[in-house]
Amino acid sequence: MNVPAALEGFDSLTSGDTVVAQNIAFGILSVVMVVAALRMVTTRNVVHAALYLVIVLAGAAGIFILLGAEFVGVTQVLVYIGAIVVLFLFGIMLTRGALGEDEEANTEKRRMAALVGVLVLVVTGGAVLDSFGDAAVNRSAPSLTSEIGDTIFSQYIVPFEAVSVLLLATLIGAIVVARQD
Amino acid sequence: MLLNQFLLLAAVLFAIGVYGVLARRNGVLVLMSIELILNAVNINLVAFSAVRETVGGEVFALFIIAVAAAEVGVGLAMVLLLYRNRRSIDLTEIDQLRG
Repeated sequence: MNVPAALEGFDSLTSGDTVVAQNIAFGILSVVMVVAALRMVTTRNVVHAALYLVIVLAGAAGIFILLGAEFVGVTQVLVYIGAIVVLFLFGIMLTRGALGEDEEANTEKRRMAALVGVLVLVVTGGAVLDSFGDAAVNRSAPSLTSEIGDTIFSQYIVPFEAVSVLLLATLIGAIVVARQD
Repeated sequence: MLLNQFLLLAAVLFAIGVYGVLARRNGVLVLMSIELILNAVNINLVAFSAVRETVGGEVFALFIIAVAAAEVGVGLAMVLLLYRNRRSIDLTEIDQLRG
């Protein structure tokens, strides 16, 4: 399953040391991410699943940095690994033992889910291969964080304000839902 | 680096996330699989942003990270409420609305 994504990284090894290093980094990151993601959705232990999620998220941060998006990579580490995974671990601890050991009882459901997953992969992968045959990523310089800030606070100011209101609503909503009466 | 290799990696992660959402019964694990899906989308956005050499895609990725954090907050609050009321977070048992 991970072979196409991993092997394609080694196609264009002929054009300079930087490209070679980038492709090797991409190959390692993608293999680690796919293996960790597969373990995450199949492991029996929920705490282990959260730790595999950390590996996937850290790999995604590496991919972002590889693509020259430093700010997004750092935000990924701060928000996802720093906050969201901790939230997940709290959720796991507070609901510990809620599910018995019969997690793998329903093999029929698993088979159908795997079928749907493979179909999604085939359809999206086929569409991607058909549409972006040999488009290359070769940016001249990493994106500037100041440019991201300028763009957010000029072109995307309305969505930005909407997100801040959304976060406030989420805060209040989560407190109201989880409050002990 | 080809654009395709990033898009294919994202497609693989997306498919694994879809499998997780459909196959697992633990509510917390389903939320984690949704995070996997959102991350795959983020990789796509940043890859397109790198190809076009603009920051628009990265801004969208940042918005998605913020919305994902909000989603996890509310989702985990709902799972905790479920656990408190039913002593179980097995999503297959939540079928009162089934006709």
